[in-house]
Amino acid sequence: MHESRADLFQRLKRRHEFWLASVIAILVIFLSVATQGFLTLQNFFDLLTSYAFLGILAAGLLVVLISGGIDISFTATASIAQYITMLLANKYGLDWFSVFALAILVGVLLGAINAILIDRLQISSIIVSIATLNIFYGLLVFVTGGKYIYSLPSWFGKGIYWFEYVDADEISYGLNLQILALLVMFTITWLLLNRTNIGRQIYALGGNREAAQRLGFNVFRLNILVYCYMGLTAGVASLIQAQLAQSVAPTVLVGKELDVLAAVVLGGASLAGGVGTVLGTVLGLALLAIMQNGLILIGVSSYWSQFFVGLVILLSVSATALSARRKRKGNLVE
Amino acid sequence: MSHEPAYLSKGPDAALVRLIKGLTHDVTNRRLIILLVALVAVFGLLIGERFFSQATVQSMAFQLPELGILSLAMMITLVSGGLNLAIISTANLCALTMAYIMTSHVPGAEGFMWAGWQIIAIFAGLAVAAVIGLLNGFVIAYLGVSPILTTLGTMTMVKGIAIGMTRGNVLSGLPEPIVFIGNGTVYGIPTAMLVFAAVASPIAIMLGRTPTGAATYMIGSNEKATRYSGIDTKRVILRVYLISSLLAAVAGLVMMARFNSANASYAESYLLVTILAAVLGGVDPMGGFGKIAGLVLSLIILQVISSAFNLLNFSQFLTLAIWGTILVAVMAVPNIRKRLGFAD
Amino acid sequence: MATFLDLKNISKRFGGVQALTDVDLSLEAGEVHCLVGENGSGKSTLIKIISGVQPPEAGGTITIEGRSYTQLNPVESTRAGIQVIYQDLSLFPNLTVAENIAVGQHLGGFRSVDWTTIRKIAEAAMARINVYFDLDAKVEDLSIANRQLVAICRAMAADAKLVIMDEPTASLTRHEVDALLSLVRELKKKNICIVFVSHRLDEVLEVAERVTVLRDGKKVGTYDAKDVNDKKLAVLMTGKEFSYDLKETDLKSRKTVLSVKNLSRKGDFKNISFDLREGEILGITGLLGSGRTELALSLFGMNPPDEGEITLNDKPLALKSNREAIDNGIAYVSEDRLTLGLVLEQPIAANATVTILDKLKGAMGLIPLNAREATVDRWVKDLSIKVSNTANPVKTLSGGNQQRVVLAKWMATTPRVLILDSPTVGVDILAKDGIYEIVRGLAQKGVAVIMISDEIPEVLYHSHRILVMRNGRLTGEFEPHRSSEDQLRIAVNA
Repeated sequence: MHESRADLFQRLKRRHEFWLASVIAILVIFLSVATQGFLTLQNFFDLLTSYAFLGILAAGLLVVLISGGIDISFTATASIAQYITMLLANKYGLDWFSVFALAILVGVLLGAINAILIDRLQISSIIVSIATLNIFYGLLVFVTGGKYIYSLPSWFGKGIYWFEYVDADEISYGLNLQILALLVMFTITWLLLNRTNIGRQIYALGGNREAAQRLGFNVFRLNILVYCYMGLTAGVASLIQAQLAQSVAPTVLVGKELDVLAAVVLGGASLAGGVGTVLGTVLGLALLAIMQNGLILIGVSSYWSQFFVGLVILLSVSATALSARRKRKGNLVE
Repeated sequence: MSHEPAYLSKGPDAALVRLIKGLTHDVTNRRLIILLVALVAVFGLLIGERFFSQATVQSMAFQLPELGILSLAMMITLVSGGLNLAIISTANLCALTMAYIMTSHVPGAEGFMWAGWQIIAIFAGLAVAAVIGLLNGFVIAYLGVSPILTTLGTMTMVKGIAIGMTRGNVLSGLPEPIVFIGNGTVYGIPTAMLVFAAVASPIAIMLGRTPTGAATYMIGSNEKATRYSGIDTKRVILRVYLISSLLAAVAGLVMMARFNSANASYAESYLLVTILAAVLGGVDPMGGFGKIAGLVLSLIILQVISSAFNLLNFSQFLTLAIWGTILVAVMAVPNIRKRLGFAD
Repeated sequence: MATFLDLKNISKRFGGVQALTDVDLSLEAGEVHCLVGENGSGKSTLIKIISGVQPPEAGGTITIEGRSYTQLNPVESTRAGIQVIYQDLSLFPNLTVAENIAVGQHLGGFRSVDWTTIRKIAEAAMARINVYFDLDAKVEDLSIANRQLVAICRAMAADAKLVIMDEPTASLTRHEVDALLSLVRELKKKNICIVFVSHRLDEVLEVAERVTVLRDGKKVGTYDAKDVNDKKLAVLMTGKEFSYDLKETDLKSRKTVLSVKNLSRKGDFKNISFDLREGEILGITGLLGSGRTELALSLFGMNPPDEGEITLNDKPLALKSNREAIDNGIAYVSEDRLTLGLVLEQPIAANATVTILDKLKGAMGLIPLNAREATVDRWVKDLSIKVSNTANPVKTLSGGNQQRVVLAKWMATTPRVLILDSPTVGVDILAKDGIYEIVRGLAQKGVAVIMISDEIPEVLYHSHRILVMRNGRLTGEFEPHRSSEDQLRIAVNA
């Protein structure tokens, strides 16, 4: 409104998202100039498609972190949701609506187990989710014998494409199932967190749990909602991953939980709760995606990509801590 | 004051009494011992004599040290109020360093150089661990970054180095004495078990009897108050992550010796299991509490379940599920007791 | 005036402990009422019953504006217009001012957020008490005093008719306290009833009309504020008469232990000079923000001064860490016992020996098996700490005994200079005397003591000499036997 440009800049400067966006902008400009393949529509769609799985899970984990908890069992949840849904789809020939409903149902139920253990038994969320990760995953592989499902229903295998476009090399791309799901889940998460009172309660809970209790928030219900939402995203993510991989493997998803955590944390969410935005998570994810993509495009062996990811995480969290410390020192003087 | 005279007297008898007392006066340990006895009884009935055979016991002793040493590395950081997610990647990078030197420099013929290069290789591995540990400790203690984020970063970076250097390949074919660490026995006791004992005892002494150990517990509960008491808490935290990293290197050595090879992504599924083992053993995930005796009991419990399931031809994945269930159950006991109105 | 709230025969038991016994209390609309009592006297239990967090035992009644209840729940209590502002303020640091004030809009079942209404409510609430904050500022970026105003705005937004403030002045500077008290007068004009729960009696008596004293879960009585003063209240709260006689103590012949010359640190304090003699108890009094704690930390090596010198036993000191200070015989008892003084979760024995871990080291760098216990046993006896087992967490002790453990851990370092920063905060009046006695004993053994406190009687009756600190400077020196509480109060607040 009557804010001067300098004020606006001061305000922006304090936002984590501003710095992330700046780094990404520099990266994008550099890669656009330095490489041929980066600034193409196809590369853009490919990146969105391949990072959709991580992104959808990141949206769910963001909500959990904001509430002051943590969940790392979601990869096992996704594996179970995927397996049950595709097993039943093969047997009974379901349709799009019912496979998503089923996967979401499984995810929500497993999320509720986490919430009940965390809230009712008062065990810290990290311990509960380490335990349930092992329980869910162990039981899944035990029951299935670790067998892959290679044949998926043909309608599922084909996937969904809008605005399909086939280029000169006969490679088709467009708005596919993965991208659509990613957009929908980010939108729903944003609406939940910013446009509903429950979303604000989640922020409040993460900011000051005791105060939330005193004010009469229903903490149990919030916990149920948060962990079930994580389960829901795991259900959705599991299906689009199965569609992309054209198979279901009970053992490939588990182990990716810390990658998702890294993306959310890069996006500025705090493990202490109460802090984090959908925009930040999108940017955190974008930074990871563009950096890994860019390294390959400028000819760095893909074997080294993980090293750079680690380096970026370490630099980012150190920079955040240092600037927080400077802010604290400033307060002391005044 | 409840200091029993036997607790303070000297001599081997007293030491035994002290050990038993130390094990049982702690509520968590009492619970774990009851659980262990119950498990052994049930599995004994289900499996019979085979469960108590020398082969079974020896195979348990072969398997326990790997997870054991990694859990030690995790545990001391948990006690200090932190966490070290980089232990597995550190173990692998150190193992690769050692394996690289051993496969490229150790001459075929036994001799002075042959032994010398193996020792150099081990020290090189430890040096790599020291660098990683100091990096973790510096970022956590002096920059004030939360341990989970710091070690998430170093975990990814260290694994990235290992993958980048090896392109994901396996290095194998290690000298005889190294393989012996993983597969040999001394008087029937697996060498790896002796290595575990050799690292666990100094850690137990460090935690229980040294100023650094005492400070580690205090820091785990309240770093600031400990600093106000005149303790250089940053240096203690740096030391904790250095030790954790060195322990990871020893775990890497044992792993490499057992598989006779090294790779960037061995044993990754152990990462969260080490937290599970430590917490089951009475380590407070919020910091400040946890003893080696409890951790050892917890490791034995996990190993007994794993070995028994193996004998029963159950999948190792069922073992994972049961481990998780037991963790929840043990953590839930105090809360359920409280709800039922028992005083603890 | 109309009665807003009337409590009759309120009792409460927790397990075997009788927290409240047949307490009656009536609060008038537009009244400022003070609720005082020692720790454990039942103040907080009474608040919890009024706010509906805890139900009272059967047989009591709660009447709000003529409507009777046997017990309340938090929703009923809020709806009746009761708002509690806890000491920690219960705000959400990560949310904006607007959301914190209008947080009531977020309660209840799933629906969309009406941001316009939230801003309107917040603006209206701020207008009611004539304050203005940026609605989009995060609460974590506000000062403590401003956060308190936000909490009061929140109570206004909830249409409070009764506002209970738990220790509202504990972390405010004098200036901020004055602003708060004038705000309270404004609220009173709006016919809102204010209840202060406080231990800083003198301040609160300035605005209160009536005072209710609780002791051991029972009501001692309700008094007209004009008829009591803080000395009389102390007697009512403890049931014990206190008297101190002030004698002149001549310490001129004693050796100077610590000498501070022109010590300055930017933003904290300036040109501080004083001498401290062997066996002397030097009181330093000043308000929160006067630089008193910063000065103490500089003497303890944790806040390096920019200029000036510190001499200990005629040797200049340039302390780089508190470890160096400790090794030179300086000890510091922090004002914040719960987060800086003790590690509450850890055993008593561990807390009492944490300062001397390196000294306990024996062969091979190990601490001998019984060394820590033996050390602690000695201090438990010397300081008569009431402990059943030194392996128990220190948080299981009462405030007074906790403070004795703090003293033990510093006495273990055999200090020559002991700095006490607000040594009796959160300690009952009865237990305070025990602490003073220990301090006097130490001084008699030759320890030089600096006692920092903002409680005037504490420094007046328990030190040999008093320095007044204001805005980072030493502004006056008083001898207790030639001074009065009022003189000191004027000097501190001037």
